[in-house]
Amino acid sequence: MTYIAKPKLHHPTLPANKIGFTRRDYEGKISTLCAGCGHDSISAAIIQACWELDIEPHRVAKLSGIGCSSKTPDYFLGNSHGFNSVHGRMPSVLTGANLANRDLIYLGVSGDGDSASIGIGQFAHVMRRGVNMVYIVENNGVYGLTKGQFSATADQGSKSKRGVVNSDSPVDLAALALQLGATFVGRSFSGDKGQLVPLIKAAIVHPGAAFLDVISPCVAFNNHTGSTRSYEYVREHNEPVNRIDFDYWPKREEITVEYPEGEVVSVTQHDGSVLRLRKLAKNYDAHDRITAMNYIQQHQAKGEVVTGLLYVDPDPEDLHRHLNTADAPFNALSAGDLCPGSAALEKINASLR
Amino acid sequence: MKPTDIRNPDYFHKVVDCQWACPAHTPVPEYIRLIAQGRYDDAYMINWYSNVFPGVLGRTCDRPCEPACRRSRVEDGQSTEPVAICRLKRVAADYKDDIRARLPQVPKQKNGKRVALIGAGPASLTVARDLAPLGYHLAVYDQDPQGGGMMRTQIPKFRLPESVLDEEVGYIENLGLETHFGQRVDSLKAVLAENYDAVFVGCGAPRGRDLEIPGRQEAAANIHIGIDWLSSVSFGHIEKIGKRVIVLGGGNTAMDCCRSSKRLGGEDVKVIVRSGYEEMKASPWEKEDATHEGIPILNFLVPKTFVHHNGKLTGMTFEKVKAEYDAKGRRRLVPTGEPDHLYECDDVLIAIGQENSFPWIERDVGIEFDEWGMPKVDEVTFQSSRPGVFFGGDAAFGPKNIIWAVAHGHEAAISIDKFCNGEDVRERPAPMVNLMSQKMGIHEWSYDNDVSLDQRFKVPWNDVRATLKNIKLEVEKGFDPATAFKEAQRCLNCDAQTVFSHNLCIECDACVDICPMDCITFTDNADESDLRKRLNAPATNLTQDLYVSEALKTGRIMAKDEDVCLHCGLCAERCPTGAWDMQKFFLEMTHAGPSCRDKHSAPGRKAA
Repeated sequence: MTYIAKPKLHHPTLPANKIGFTRRDYEGKISTLCAGCGHDSISAAIIQACWELDIEPHRVAKLSGIGCSSKTPDYFLGNSHGFNSVHGRMPSVLTGANLANRDLIYLGVSGDGDSASIGIGQFAHVMRRGVNMVYIVENNGVYGLTKGQFSATADQGSKSKRGVVNSDSPVDLAALALQLGATFVGRSFSGDKGQLVPLIKAAIVHPGAAFLDVISPCVAFNNHTGSTRSYEYVREHNEPVNRIDFDYWPKREEITVEYPEGEVVSVTQHDGSVLRLRKLAKNYDAHDRITAMNYIQQHQAKGEVVTGLLYVDPDPEDLHRHLNTADAPFNALSAGDLCPGSAALEKINASLR
Repeated sequence: MKPTDIRNPDYFHKVVDCQWACPAHTPVPEYIRLIAQGRYDDAYMINWYSNVFPGVLGRTCDRPCEPACRRSRVEDGQSTEPVAICRLKRVAADYKDDIRARLPQVPKQKNGKRVALIGAGPASLTVARDLAPLGYHLAVYDQDPQGGGMMRTQIPKFRLPESVLDEEVGYIENLGLETHFGQRVDSLKAVLAENYDAVFVGCGAPRGRDLEIPGRQEAAANIHIGIDWLSSVSFGHIEKIGKRVIVLGGGNTAMDCCRSSKRLGGEDVKVIVRSGYEEMKASPWEKEDATHEGIPILNFLVPKTFVHHNGKLTGMTFEKVKAEYDAKGRRRLVPTGEPDHLYECDDVLIAIGQENSFPWIERDVGIEFDEWGMPKVDEVTFQSSRPGVFFGGDAAFGPKNIIWAVAHGHEAAISIDKFCNGEDVRERPAPMVNLMSQKMGIHEWSYDNDVSLDQRFKVPWNDVRATLKNIKLEVEKGFDPATAFKEAQRCLNCDAQTVFSHNLCIECDACVDICPMDCITFTDNADESDLRKRLNAPATNLTQDLYVSEALKTGRIMAKDEDVCLHCGLCAERCPTGAWDMQKFFLEMTHAGPSCRDKHSAPGRKAA
């Protein structure tokens, strides 16, 4: 928690994007989370991604549930729409909002408690339905707001700050999302924006259900020896399968973390944009859902954290296509569109005879 | 890059741009905070110890601190102005109570050493201020009837009221000086014959440069040397000038001449300068002040002749020139070929420069002079080639300004004290440096870290119709306390240093994310030139250092560009492990006294 607002002054060379906004224009209020919280880095990554994509802030709706993670939408995109819903119920509200106005970019922000415990049912169905959204879980493995009990994603055998060993099996949300039919699944680490920012950008551009599991260390309750969500542990056990290079988006001076050269694969997406994936794991194919699931499980068993773009369907379908809904959002439909008159009714009735 | 050695006092000193730029290294942010707290006495005393004449300098200082001020590099948009440091100093002087009880006491038991001070200007008075409390017997000589030197003779009263000068000169004269005012020293030999233990020459650069062009002799009655004329005005010997006045020269003396003329009957007063407006030596604000009083400044005009009729000056002719630059960027003034311009006038004031003049120093007393007639003076010790004779102020290295004279005085006083104690003057003490955490609570700092977005406040002026009628009426009124507070809040507290402990850092990026100025980057190490390009925001200001840590756990380093840091402390507030801390850097230059001497030096205060 910080008492002063972030000063409005900025670096004299701070650049503006194509629509005239600087990165600072995408910020929100100052964070009230603990100092050093991984969630704040994810907020910064979302800000960076939206700025780089030249997104107009009023075109974004950010939705969340309850928990440390679900507070963060207050700390980024201060000029966007927001809805802070009931615990675990963000997916339903997001689905409803998406059905009502399909033109907005939906950003669901949730945590491991919100999505893997109380909201796991909602999580499952929003993925199944293929709602066009970016669903980010800020995954720290503990209940930070209630002082550090294990959450459902905590690894079996990991130790709490008090020294208690977790005996329950973990829920792997990325694996679950793959199984449930999400068309874009990635995992990343709050401490590696070089990987995270392009993943968020790709997820935003993806026209289907995009899920990002972001390991985000809880400095207050889960950053000790014996934890598998600490900065140190994740850095040591991080196994990236690929990095996303963008040449679809204009190159800007980003921090480029040096990784060993690997094979580059281009993925042309539905809207014509090109994702360039630099392969880091030799035999990893991000187009194969089943291989991805196996790969994650195998490495999980070795205690490794597989990160990167795990799976992408270049031609995804979404809820609107499944339901064959109108192309325009509700607020753009006129009375004439909604009530087409007796001639239209006659036509429908005739078709049913 | 190698990790930054923050134990070197220069590193953080440089970050405090104002203090680093100040010749006397006054702890500027420290006294500005005291002003904001309404502690004017304390703010005044910090200044008094460092620069001796806060009230005078708060009105007249050349303020090298202000162009250096970080505020002007971080403000947004149109206004990028430094903190009004100089005028805040005046606030401390204006609103202080009686501080006489806080001035040093002169010991009853003298130390038996006698020192002669030639000239009673800022340099000599600073030496006196430093040495008198140590028990020295000080004899001050000056040709003028009162002390103050050029502060009294050259600065018009409408910029520096006599009462302010008298007060601050008085504080020093009251330290038991033996004053020989109105007594011109014509022979250094004679002074040396009196067996002083040391002699300090602080006689200034008292000769105004003349302009030998046709008509100079014939029209001499209405042609005046600027500094001599200002001095006569100051002492009331001159009270009038002609209606049409030309002031030659582009320095601060020219500005004082034209503004004084305007108050003594000059109606059509103009300044005529050889060079362009931008290259004029006068401080920008002094040029503005002259312009504000309706005085035109004409540039690129080289004086050719004084025009006279029947022995009376009637005007001057000038050749119009333009600036041309050669391949090396050197400027040349070349005639434009236009016919010469004639400007009619009744009086001319020549303010085209000052020179040193030492006809009173015999060339056989052991003081070596260089080819330009300047004494050979050591730049660190201020000692001449004759041991025991020291120079300072304009007398040492040519015309500068008050704050430089004060800085020289402090250093010369250390030398004199060491010399009189039989020690090597070259062994200099390091300054006193403190670095202390400002953390008060989890998110509380002992300084106000919330950055004000106010733009620089203007100092209110007295009505120009009134000030032009009365040469003694001060033009500027100074800030009122409420405005002074707001202006003080613009200070970024650059002395609250961001100190980084690499062994505590867990590389969580919290500081990177929160930094409003994108100063902080975690990256692979590289050469400085490479690193400067790879930071989150390019570090193009090469005069500002990069703060580089040792390698962290991931092998990366922390690199911080000091250039535009707001010192808001958010990096330290958002740091979960205390790897960042805001620590106040306080540097006080060492003043003459036992602590400077080898025999008494405390550990850690020996020469760096």
